[in-house]
Amino acid sequence: MPKLNDASVGSVVTVQKLESTGILRERMLALGLTKGAKVEVIRKGPSGDPTLFCIRGAMIALRNEESSLIAVQI
Amino acid sequence: MGLTDQSMKSSALTDIFHIDKNDNEFVIALAGNPNTGKSTVFNSLTGLRQHTGNWPGKTVVNARGNYSHQGKDFILVDLPGTYSLFSSSAEEEVARDFICFGNADAVVVVADATCLERNLNLVYQVMELTDNVILCINLIDEARKKKIEIDAVGIEEDLGIPVVLCAARNGIGIAELKDMVYKVAMGEIKPTPRIVEYDADYEELIGSLVSVIGPAVKELLRNVNPRWAALRLTDGDEKFINTLTGHLPGYLQSAIEGILAESCFFKECKACGIYNSVYDKDKQAIRDMIAENTYRRIEEVTAKYVKTDTKKQYRDRMIDNYITSKIFGLPLMLAMLALVFWITISGANSLSELLSGFLFWVEDKLTVFFKHLDAPDWLHGVLVLGMYRTVAWVVSVMLPPMAIFFPLFTILEDLGYLPRVAFNMDHLFKKARAHGKQCLTMCMGFGCNAAGVTACRIIESPRERLIAILTNNFVPCNGRFPTLIAISAVFIMSLGSSGIGNRLLAVLMVSGLVVFGIAVTLAVSWLLSKTLLKGIPSAFTLELPPYRVPQIGRVLYTSVIDRTIFVLRRAVIAAAPAGIIIWILGNIHIGDLSLIGHAAGFMDPAARLIGLDGYIILAFILGIAANETVIPILLMSYLSAGAMTELSSIESLGHIFLDNGWTWLTALNTMLFSLLHWPCAATLLTIKKETGSMKWTVLSAFIPTAAAVLVCLTTTLIYKAINILL
Ligand SMILES: Nc1nc2c(ncn2[C@@H]2O[C@H](COP(=O)(O)OP(=O)(O)OP(=O)(O)O)[C@@H](O)[C@H]2O)c(=O)[nH]1
Ligand SMILES: [Mg+2]
Repeated sequence: MPKLNDASVGSVVTVQKLESTGILRERMLALGLTKGAKVEVIRKGPSGDPTLFCIRGAMIALRNEESSLIAVQI
Repeated sequence: MGLTDQSMKSSALTDIFHIDKNDNEFVIALAGNPNTGKSTVFNSLTGLRQHTGNWPGKTVVNARGNYSHQGKDFILVDLPGTYSLFSSSAEEEVARDFICFGNADAVVVVADATCLERNLNLVYQVMELTDNVILCINLIDEARKKKIEIDAVGIEEDLGIPVVLCAARNGIGIAELKDMVYKVAMGEIKPTPRIVEYDADYEELIGSLVSVIGPAVKELLRNVNPRWAALRLTDGDEKFINTLTGHLPGYLQSAIEGILAESCFFKECKACGIYNSVYDKDKQAIRDMIAENTYRRIEEVTAKYVKTDTKKQYRDRMIDNYITSKIFGLPLMLAMLALVFWITISGANSLSELLSGFLFWVEDKLTVFFKHLDAPDWLHGVLVLGMYRTVAWVVSVMLPPMAIFFPLFTILEDLGYLPRVAFNMDHLFKKARAHGKQCLTMCMGFGCNAAGVTACRIIESPRERLIAILTNNFVPCNGRFPTLIAISAVFIMSLGSSGIGNRLLAVLMVSGLVVFGIAVTLAVSWLLSKTLLKGIPSAFTLELPPYRVPQIGRVLYTSVIDRTIFVLRRAVIAAAPAGIIIWILGNIHIGDLSLIGHAAGFMDPAARLIGLDGYIILAFILGIAANETVIPILLMSYLSAGAMTELSSIESLGHIFLDNGWTWLTALNTMLFSLLHWPCAATLLTIKKETGSMKWTVLSAFIPTAAAVLVCLTTTLIYKAINILL
């Protein structure tokens, strides 16, 4: 299954499953990364990392380490 | 089984959160997502000046304030921003525990009108916990600008709690909020939260738990809804379950265990006790299910009551195309830094001259006055030449750059620029194995390193937080960069250059030093990650807030006042005593050398090795109380040895240094030493408080000092090599 960090800039993807655990998972859920949530990929940082996403109307930057833990449908 | 005995277990938790109040007072908690304007609401309710800023994580410690309304007194608690009550960072835990175990009479959840969907998640969580919730939808002015329409009445009915629309910065809606808080606290309005329903089988489990623990929870935890306690028994972390059951009588625990073991959710581990009966996997499934249901409900609410005009949402993205662009991002940042310093240096020069002209005119008058009184020479010396003069220097040389830099910085902060800097710089911090938010704590360090160290609480992982604390000092604080500015002028003079290019040179010099400080931060962070604080970077989520137009007039006013008071206070506390001490040391002679002369002479050989002199090192040592005093102390020491010179401008200041044998190396190394050396006393105390460890406090002084000596040694060797070659 593709991961959020595979999604290209400008695309809108749907969250399928979180592969993170513990505190990080909790944080992701709080931000609204629940199953079925739409995420827009806004831009990549100066060296391709972190990436900025639009999650439920908020701009959230995630490093590759984190976005690779979110399985999405592209 | 006494109640006190039970509550003892968690007294460490509850004591901090229990606020003493009498019958006529109500405790109100302000909760909400980060950066929604809680502190601004707090300020407009209480009239206090809690710091605000357009980035998530500005407030990291609870602040308290009072106000009264219709004859009742309210104690308001400004909590750190949290995304959720399932804490993941220290400051989120603070907020959660206060709401759970504190004695708040009502909770005001401040939500961002421009991002209601995400904000409502916390609202639903708080509604599960307690009935007395008021929703304050703030930033409606921003929402209007973005053509977002919010049906407050609809939301009020749907959620079952009072809703107030606010634009706290302009005081809009604050009166209504006060009324509403009053009514809810007095019981005139009883909110009836309509909470989220979960899957049927799970609700069944919760139902049976509630029937067991309900009465006890109601009696012992006045603020906590039994249903909420039941939910957390199934999905809470171990520590929290311990705290929770610690509040409940012992006989209930076995009943709880029984129910959980029977439940279809936890079949696999029937035999275990409560603390480990719930598999992480189960908890995870429950947490997912709860979050999904909540957000589904929120989607329904926002679909009904919030209308958004998507076209209006793209302004920020257009700006970000440049600010966070791969090509322009970093250069723009450097340009911004240089611009800020350019304005600071240009403005500070004339302001300095004005102030010192005035203050030294007063000094002359004071001298005349003392002569007139026939006061003894030593008294005049101690009070006027020692104390007054040092204070005058601090005010005239140090205050102007601070009073100009700080407001500029605050404007950038309010615009929402700082998180963009963190975004742009993150890859560097990642390479250094540090946390991306370290960048934000460094920004705070510009104002004051002690504040920067406290700000490190926004970093969740202890390892990265320590790294950020230990390296914060490499950002020149407000007390040090006037030193850099003053000495960069001397440096340029020592090169014999003059003319209009000078100011530009000074700007480049100071910006370069700041960049160098950042480089050292990254290098030391990396080294620490490889040695004392081994590990890989932890998770990083950074929210970029929308750009908001700052209220420039207000920012200028409050931050200039803020800085002036700050400097004047430090001048009285640190500079005045330092002035007295220096004068005395400079005027007691052993043999034909003053005490200062002896001390400086003693340190001179070592100081020369790193391109400084004994007086400079002495000034840094005596300046540990406050970095603002380093240059004044240095001047005093030089002057106490030689002739008295009238000091009216940065220029004449430069001449004093050059007369005392400074070369460009001395100037450069003094700047480097100032940038890198040990933190001031206040910062060290804060580090002690924040880390609770003597070891890390000592290291936080040792590491920068070692870096300072190493760098200065290197430049000295290079200087010598150049001199030999030429
Ligand atoms: N336009 C506008 N800006 C506001 C309003 N309320 C607050 N702000 C700005 O929003 C920013 C954040 O405000 P704070 O009060 O620091 O937010 P906070 O919720 O305390 O943030 P944290 O402490 O980080 O959780 C500041 O720059 C405020 O000036 C408002 O009603 N309208
Ligand atoms: Mg705040």
